[in-house]
Amino acid sequence: MAAEKIEILDLDGITRAITRIAHEVLEKNKGIKDLVIVGIRTGGAYLATQLQKKISEIEGQVVPLGNIDVTMYRDDFGSRSDLSVGQTDIRFSPSGQKVILVDDVLFTGRTIRAAMDALMDLGRPTNIQLAILIDRGHRELPIRPDYIGRNLPTARNEQIEVDFDDQNEAQAVHLIRA
Amino acid sequence: MTFNHKHIIGIKDLTPEELTFILDTSISFKEINRRDIKKVPTLRGKTIINLFFEASTRTRTSFEIAGKRLSADTINISASGSSVVKGETLEDTAKNIEAMNPDAIVMRHNASGACEYLAKRLDCAIINAGDGMHEHPSQALLDAYTIREAKGKIEGLTVAIIGDITHSRVVRSNIYCLTKLGAKVRVAGPGTMLPPGIERLGCEAYKNIDDAIKGSDVVMMLRIQRERQGAPLIPSVREYSKFFGLTHARMKLAKEDAIVMHPGPINRGVELPTSIADGPQNVILDQVENGVAVRMALLYLACGGEKLQD
Repeated sequence: MAAEKIEILDLDGITRAITRIAHEVLEKNKGIKDLVIVGIRTGGAYLATQLQKKISEIEGQVVPLGNIDVTMYRDDFGSRSDLSVGQTDIRFSPSGQKVILVDDVLFTGRTIRAAMDALMDLGRPTNIQLAILIDRGHRELPIRPDYIGRNLPTARNEQIEVDFDDQNEAQAVHLIRA
Repeated sequence: MTFNHKHIIGIKDLTPEELTFILDTSISFKEINRRDIKKVPTLRGKTIINLFFEASTRTRTSFEIAGKRLSADTINISASGSSVVKGETLEDTAKNIEAMNPDAIVMRHNASGACEYLAKRLDCAIINAGDGMHEHPSQALLDAYTIREAKGKIEGLTVAIIGDITHSRVVRSNIYCLTKLGAKVRVAGPGTMLPPGIERLGCEAYKNIDDAIKGSDVVMMLRIQRERQGAPLIPSVREYSKFFGLTHARMKLAKEDAIVMHPGPINRGVELPTSIADGPQNVILDQVENGVAVRMALLYLACGGEKLQD
């Protein structure tokens, strides 16, 4: 049987989710003072750029943005066959900042654990908040998102695919059922 | 990308794609070396042994720092203070070390082929830190990295390498590496230091340094290795310096934006004068800085992931 592909979010749905998250971030943090955004490469980094644009648009002031690569902090290093490492690009110290960590899909939580360890090696943030486009469940670590685009209970063998266009803007989210 | 080499023995064994992959991977590690906290947990719990049968400060320190910044435990063994002086064979030394379950052995040895010999007999990863007159892959990779960083590319560049071509493993690895990445390599040195047939490796050989430097993008000066030669191959250091040392007049023959490289340690006033070694065109300390990043990438790639072959 061919894999079944179900659309979870279309472009409008994604835009609305990001807009809502932007407002929630501003409400919770009472503005953008000491606020920075860090995306987890690669999907999370693209979404972080979109969230940064939205927040900066609402506040009329640019919020600092960085990307983090977590490959060197992963716990499954010995069993991965793809050894490509991306580049971390954070041009500010996260020390004393409220960091909005952004990823596209939250699954086991292991990537987020790695990202938090990577961030802590760069400085001591005031706090770290987690923004996620899709929370698909199946956590293996005590990690919980602060901002969620869409909650989507899934089976373990299903996959979530976030499509980005050549401008790296999210276009759609699909659930793939084998 | 996958990387299916467990051992790093020579540049000759690597494809252009693999070389580019190593250089790209090194960029990520260079960023770590400029942080306040210069350490990532990637190789936590791995043991890396630096087994050095020849004197080395730069390469050994560089590999040791690379391992430590990846959180591996690194142990240094130098031949002078070891069981080698008590008459143990290379294979016995290596097998005894392997019995302590290291994940990688970084080895420098005065015999060409020593690393390959061990790679065939041991289960852990072997990384060549220079074997006799054979290869010095990490040096060639840090040179390529430095060239690419300074020039933005390697393909289409002309690189002149000057010095003792016969005894230099740096030259051999550099010829393989740079030609695979699309550069044109010229070598020049005194007749006694220029092996016949070196062109078969894909380079051009010159007896006159000026011809080699003319129009080059990169001028790489090699150290005169007085310790590696039996009978003297040059009448005197002064004469060598006059005919094969770099001068400002000779640098004018190279392209205006040419860079000057040297694998170190420099014999100041022999291969090049202080005014060039410390001048605006030199990237000699960049080579050293990049060496750590490149060696981190090599340790990461050799110790990590599932290997499908090799």
